[in-house]
This record gives sequence, C-alpha cells and structure tokens, in this order.
Amino acid sequence: MGHRIAVTINGQRYEAEVEPRLLLVHFIREVAGLTGTHIGCDTTSCGACTVILNGKPIKSCTMFAVQADGSEIRTVEGLAQNGEFHPIQKAFWECHGLQCGYCTPGMLMAGVALLERNPNPTEDEVRRAISGNLCRCTGYQNIVKSILRAAEMMRGGAGVASGSPVGRGSPAQ
Amino acid sequence: MSATLTESPHRVLGQPIKRKEDPRFLTGQGRYLDDIKLPNMAYMAIVRSPYAHARIVSINKEPALAVPGVLAVITGEDLEKLGLAWMPTLNGDQQMVLAVGKVLFQYQEVAAVIATSREAAYDGAAAVEVEYDPLPVVVDPFKALEPDAPILREDRKEKSNHIWRWESGDKAATDKAFAEAEVVIKEKIRFPRVHPSPLEPCGCIADYNKTQNHLTLYVTSQAPHAYRTVLAMVTKLPEHQIRVISPDVGGGFGNKVPVYPGYVVAIVGSMLTGRPVKWVETRTENLASTHFARDYHMTVEIAATREGQVKALRVHTVADHGAFDAQAVPSKWPAGLFNICTGSYTFEAAHVVVDAVYTNKAPGGVAHRCSFRVTEASYLIERAMDILAHELKMDPAELRRKNLIPADKFPWKSPTGWVYDSGNYHHTLDYALNLIGYKELRKEQAEKRARGELMGIGISFFTEVVGAGPSKHFDILGIKMFDSAEIRVHPTGKAIVRLGTRHQGQGHETTYAQIVAEELGLSPDDVLVEEGDTDTAPYGLGTYASRSTPTSGAAAAMCARRIREKARKIAAYLLECGEHDLEWADGRFQVKGAPHQSVTMQQIAFAAYTNPPPGMEPGLEATYYYDPPNLTFPYGCYIAVVDIDKGTGEVKVRRFLAVDDCGTIINPMIVQGQVHGGLTEGFAIAFMQDIVFDENGNNLVTNFTEYMLPTAVETPRWETAHTVTPSPHHPLGAKGVGESPNVGSPAAFVNAVVDALSHLGVRHIDMPITREKVWRILRSAGIDE
Repeated sequence: MGHRIAVTINGQRYEAEVEPRLLLVHFIREVAGLTGTHIGCDTTSCGACTVILNGKPIKSCTMFAVQADGSEIRTVEGLAQNGEFHPIQKAFWECHGLQCGYCTPGMLMAGVALLERNPNPTEDEVRRAISGNLCRCTGYQNIVKSILRAAEMMRGGAGVASGSPVGRGSPAQ
Repeated sequence: MSATLTESPHRVLGQPIKRKEDPRFLTGQGRYLDDIKLPNMAYMAIVRSPYAHARIVSINKEPALAVPGVLAVITGEDLEKLGLAWMPTLNGDQQMVLAVGKVLFQYQEVAAVIATSREAAYDGAAAVEVEYDPLPVVVDPFKALEPDAPILREDRKEKSNHIWRWESGDKAATDKAFAEAEVVIKEKIRFPRVHPSPLEPCGCIADYNKTQNHLTLYVTSQAPHAYRTVLAMVTKLPEHQIRVISPDVGGGFGNKVPVYPGYVVAIVGSMLTGRPVKWVETRTENLASTHFARDYHMTVEIAATREGQVKALRVHTVADHGAFDAQAVPSKWPAGLFNICTGSYTFEAAHVVVDAVYTNKAPGGVAHRCSFRVTEASYLIERAMDILAHELKMDPAELRRKNLIPADKFPWKSPTGWVYDSGNYHHTLDYALNLIGYKELRKEQAEKRARGELMGIGISFFTEVVGAGPSKHFDILGIKMFDSAEIRVHPTGKAIVRLGTRHQGQGHETTYAQIVAEELGLSPDDVLVEEGDTDTAPYGLGTYASRSTPTSGAAAAMCARRIREKARKIAAYLLECGEHDLEWADGRFQVKGAPHQSVTMQQIAFAAYTNPPPGMEPGLEATYYYDPPNLTFPYGCYIAVVDIDKGTGEVKVRRFLAVDDCGTIINPMIVQGQVHGGLTEGFAIAFMQDIVFDENGNNLVTNFTEYMLPTAVETPRWETAHTVTPSPHHPLGAKGVGESPNVGSPAAFVNAVVDALSHLGVRHIDMPITREKVWRILRSAGIDE
C-alpha cells in the first residue's frame, strides 16, 4: 500500500514510503520533522500550512504527499541563512507582524512568494496576496506593514536596518 | 541598540521593545501542542453525535476494535464504571464527558478510539456503530421556557429548562424612575452566538505513568494551574502527581480556558493503554463543540429627561447556555460582569435580570475576548444610547457628553455596585472627536444625504472592567483570583521570572521582562520570563478577561520591589552606609547627595551569593501573590465612519479610530497590536459571524468556509490613539487592554450603519449586519439603484 516518494525540503532530500492518503503537510511535519508548518482548518481556508512548492505558494494540507514526489519545497525553517534572518523575518520582528505565531510561518511563506514575483507591491497587492492566510491576532495591519517593509529591505532601499542577530530583544525602529 | 538600554535601564517601561519571544516563532521553532511527539505515543479520535437530541440505543465497538492499530474504544458506559462519565463545570453544573444514555447537542462526544496512528484512530472512529433514537429538539431559548417544552436535562432535580435567574441593582428605584420618566426607549437586541476560533485548535497529550502514579498533561490551556486543580478533583489523582504543561499556545481568546471532555478521555486512554495519548481536534470539532461566546437575547429600556439626562436602566436577558451550564466565570458571577451595563454614564438607578436557559446546542457562553460578558453589556448600552439620541433627535456625541461620568466623580460607584477606579471621560471624548474631525464628518454626511448617498458615523464610549479579581468577590471553584510571580536573580545579575498566567500571543515574555527590568535596573534582555508549567510556576489563575497585566503584572512589580528591599540592605553593606542614606535612582542604589557612590543590581546580586551581609540569608529571590484591591476600568472612545452602497447593501468601513485609555502603557507596540486584533474580531462579529442552527439542531457553520473570518482584504485600516489615566491602585498604574477593542467596537460599527440609515426610519439592526440584511432594508424603504 505504500508509495515511495522523494522530495527536497530546504535543500535536503527526504525519501519515505507513504500511504497514498498522507497529506503533504503531515509529511513535512512528521516524516521530515519540520513542525514550523502548521495546521489550522482542514478546509484550505486558513493558510497556516502554506509552503513554497516549485516556486509557488501552496497550501500543503490540500496536496497529498505522493503528488509532491520529486518537487522542491521551501518552508519557514529554510528562510534564515547562516544564522541571519531573511529580510521578511527581520521585518515581521521589527513591525510586530506576529502575536501568537501560529499563522506566522504561512504568512512568511506567502509574503516571500509575493516578493519574489513582485518586488515592489502596493498595499492592496500585499493584502490580496495574503488573503488566503487567516490571522486571528493582528488584524493584518502590521503583517501588511511587515511585508512592505521587507520589500523595501530586499530592494536595498533607504532605511534598511543592518542584520538583527537572532535572539535579542532590542527596541523596535 | 541594546547598549542604549543598559545605559538607561530606568527607561524600559513605556518603550516599544521588540518582542523577546519572536525569534522562535519566526524560524518555525515555536513549540505548539501538536509539535510534541512522545515515544510510543498513541492517538485519539472522538466519535460525535449526528443528532442534537437523541437516546443512545446501542454502541457497537467491535468493528472499531477490528481496525488494525486500534488499541481501545471508550464509551460513556466505560467512564461510568470509573466514576468519570460526568465532570463538574465551573458554573455549578455537571457535564457529560462521554454521552451517557442520550446526547444533548450535535457533535457531542459519544465515544473515543485510541490507536497507534492518527489514521487508525480516525478509521476506528468511523467504524464505531452507534444507534440513536431521535428526540424532539429545542433550539430556540424562548421556546425552551414554554411549559410544554421537552425537558432536556433529565439528570437534574429541577424539571425545567430554566437554569437560573440572576438579578442586580435596585428594582424598586428603577421602576419608580421609569414611572416618572419623561422619555422611555425600549429595544430588543441580540448579541449573536459567535466563536473565538483561535487558529490553533485545542488538543492535549496525556501521559500517565502507572508506576509513579503520575500524570503529565500537555495541553492548549490559558489556565494551567486551574486545570491541575480541576483534574485532581475529577480524576482523584493527588495534585502533586499532576503536572500540566501548556506549551506555546496558538491563540486562545477564551476558547482555551475550559477543561474539555477530550482531555479527560485522553487521560483515561493513557491509563488504559499505558501509552501517552495525543488528541488534537479538527476545526469542525473546535467550532461545533468547544466554547462559543455570547448568545444573549437582551431587552433594554432607558428612562431619561426630554433634555437627554439619563435616569434609569432596565435590562432583561435570556441567555442561551446550550446543553450544559459550562461557561467559564467566577463563582459569584453567573452572568459574568454583565451588570457593568450602565456603562460610562451617570445612571441613578438600574435593574438587570438574566435568565439562563438550556437548549440542544454546544455549551459555553463566556469566551472571545469578552471580559466575562462585558462585551454584551457594552454593546447593549452603547446601542441603547444611540437609540435614545435618535428618539430625542440629539447628536449621539452630545448625548454622551451630557451623561458621561465627570472626572471629579471618580472613584465612581455605579448603581449595580461597581467602583470605577479612574477616568477622564470628557477629555477622551473630545480628543477622539477632534482627532477624527467629527464636525466635518457630520457636515459631509449632511451634504451626502442631500444627494441621496448613505454615510454613517458611529460612536462607542465604552467602560471595560478587568483584572479579576479581588479575593473578596472573585473565585473559581473557591480558589481566589489572585495571581503570582516568582523572581530569581542569579549571581551574575540575570533573572528568571515565573508567573501563574499563560500568554497566547499577548507578548508576556517581553511585557513582564520590561516590568521586572524597570523595577530592578536590568536590561529586559537579561530577564527570562517563563509561564505554563505547573511544576515550576507559582500558582495562578491564568490569562483571560484581560487580567494578566492587572494581576500578574502587578505581582511581577511587587515581587521585584520585594527583591529591591533586600537589595537595599546589601547595597548599604557594600557601600558601608545606612539603608536610609540610599536612594534608588537611574536603576541603581546610590548614596544620597553622592551619586558617584553607587552599586548596580549586578553587583548586589553577586554579593548576595558571594558576600552577603553577616547574618543575612544568602540569595536573591522572592515570590509575590497579588490580590488586587479593586478591578481596573479601562475605557475608550471608538468612532467608525461607513459608506453604504445603495445597489448592493455593502457596508464599507472608511475609517475607524480607537482612542483607548488603559492607564500606564508598558509596551506601546504590543498594546497597539492588541487593539488591532481586537478591532478585527469586533468587525467580524458586527458584519459576518453567527452560529446558525436549523430546526433540528444541526449546526450550519462548522468550518471556515461557513463561519466567516475576515481576511486582509475585508479588514479595515485601523487608526489608534491613547489618553492615559493611570489606575490609582495598580502598582504601575496599568489597567489591561487585550479585550477593550472587542468590547468597545461592535457598537461603533452598528451605530455607524444605523446612523447611515436613520433618516429611513431605521432604529436598530441586529448583528451580523450582512449585505443581504442592508439590501433588504434599502429595498423595503423604496431605495433602488
């Protein structure tokens, strides 16, 4: 009954025998052990499980693991490089773009996917890009601000903060 | 950046410090319940009732037990043998853990299947055969009170669906004021049944060790210590053999206060199988069976003079509590703090009656950022004030100005017995009106109305009541509602602070660190905050009802001050002077008149372990249990501006200004974030949300495609501002803010919509104000575009 699949997550290859009904999100969380990708709704509504698959943001609760065979996946765990936050992580921290943190990984991945295809989005474009991701805590205002701020940092525009070391509580800008 | 802080540690309070907890959430390293995996862990799935009211004829476990991987099937009958079929609720009722004899609401827990994998557990649950004999269903709480209504709770002595009546205020004085009144308004107002829906569903891992007779329960809980005590009472395990760990919690909003049947069954499952048992509910289970909020059917009357002076308030409410009276409220407050409903105004008399009723619906009522029913109270009075303004043809801002409690009347005693601690209401009203440009907006509205366009302005001037609470009035299961903090300052001057609360996104790891850092002259980077483990944290009642800053925040400050008193003695020893020659300034002890002679908390802490004064107990630690002398009364003025599309009935919130007064602000960035989130929940309630049942008691909104949550596209842009009137009795002057925006905003939205339609004779519209409702009103008023 098992199907052997191989996927690459954050540059690392994972091979496993899986049941056909195993959802991709369960593969990521339980087979690969990457629990940063969350589950919030079961109906493709909340986006907590958003990952980037072959360059596009998808809801990993709405794809079977077997369908992802051979694909390249990026999750929240792959954002920071060499101990340095990705600009979107810096921006969310600086702009208070998160509260309970449960929607955050999905928001970050939806935001990264937007900025990779549109480096200079308007506020409305940001709001539309994250409209498949629900947040119960922030009212979105600071999430939108964070993504716009990340866009500015990634474009290397004015006022870009130098790298924030991980794990320090410092005054917000 | 941190260096600045170390140089001026006394400036920590009031600073928008970035949150200390964020790096783990930003990197996927948050540790939520479902992220925890224990060796040999089994999984549980729950079989739920398809009927709202039915006898259970039979349950056949065998097909489930035949499913590969299934370890056990548990039914109500099994629990009955263990004395665990029922559990006490916080409101003096009892609740079925698994159904015994009959089911009382759709999705009620009927059986549980434990298996070696999640998939096997669900396969097993699908295989359990339950035969039901449907009974007549009661959905409408008013019909539940009719004499011929079927009695739902056959386990109770009282053969009635009426649960209790609660009264507050002075009936005779109120009746007299109404008899003499020049003007009386009356309206029926419903606050819909809504659901908190934190993004992370509820769940637990029960890990019972038979050899040690020890239970560890990992659980999504806002109140881990209360859970431990309840579990000791329910399971009869000794309380010291129970450890409750609430890991990172993905939002709570009151949904994670109650102890749910699934937790108790998972514990039994672990005892039966000898394995840790994980149970994580689906979104449908969360929406259909865990605690809902509100569902208040209110009738409000105001007696006033022709000039608009309010005299008396009369309120009667029918409260739909569902199948069990399981709402989470303090013992003496069955309707929560609903009798704060005289609001921000100088009513002379009030009489409030609440009748609670059983129906065939899921239990609950108190949740969703409501401050124990203050949301209902605030909505009621703010809606009623607008109706009175409409009746008197007065501007709603002017009516409020005329009746707001004047600043010199604080502390102000309300006719239902509350003593409001502080407020400068007129100042806040004027500040908000000026900030939004109220006069200009009214002018614009008049011009638009002349052109046939629909624009409305809605004001809500709410008074919150939070920080439960003073032990003489507030307890849960007899345990007084104090809260606590414990601080240990290590030899190198770094500190850990542990508290009885449990955050779910409110930023406690930063806010409490700021409080302790401010009081001890440390950097917040050097203060670690820990909550959520009953083995390490001092006892506390948890985080809900906006109580954390008013109670544990105060405990943290008082605990730090206790440490500072010992530190003063050590400082005097180190500086070879008398204690009274010292002053606390700039985050250090210095000799009065000779500020260069000083010692820092780092030096003092080192001495406490290496060189304590002779005869002094070494170490630098303290614990403080804070029993608040009064509640705190945050307040605010919220103004919404809406435009309505005549063709579609769509309401567009053009502007929304929230001016909050929550006393002293510890971290303005976090406070603003709390306000944004609460306003968005208020917006959702005003325009989108209602848990609807059909006549058979079928819940029609059991997932996020039916129960609407706003996305970034619909959510308005929020404008926020503050006035600051400190609480006179809180050590820092802080009042709490988490729920204010959800308490205050629904009335502003509804008032704005009604204001836009008032010239058409509209006086009230019940929430949720959907496009269809507005469209129908416009059509019946003959407006067609």
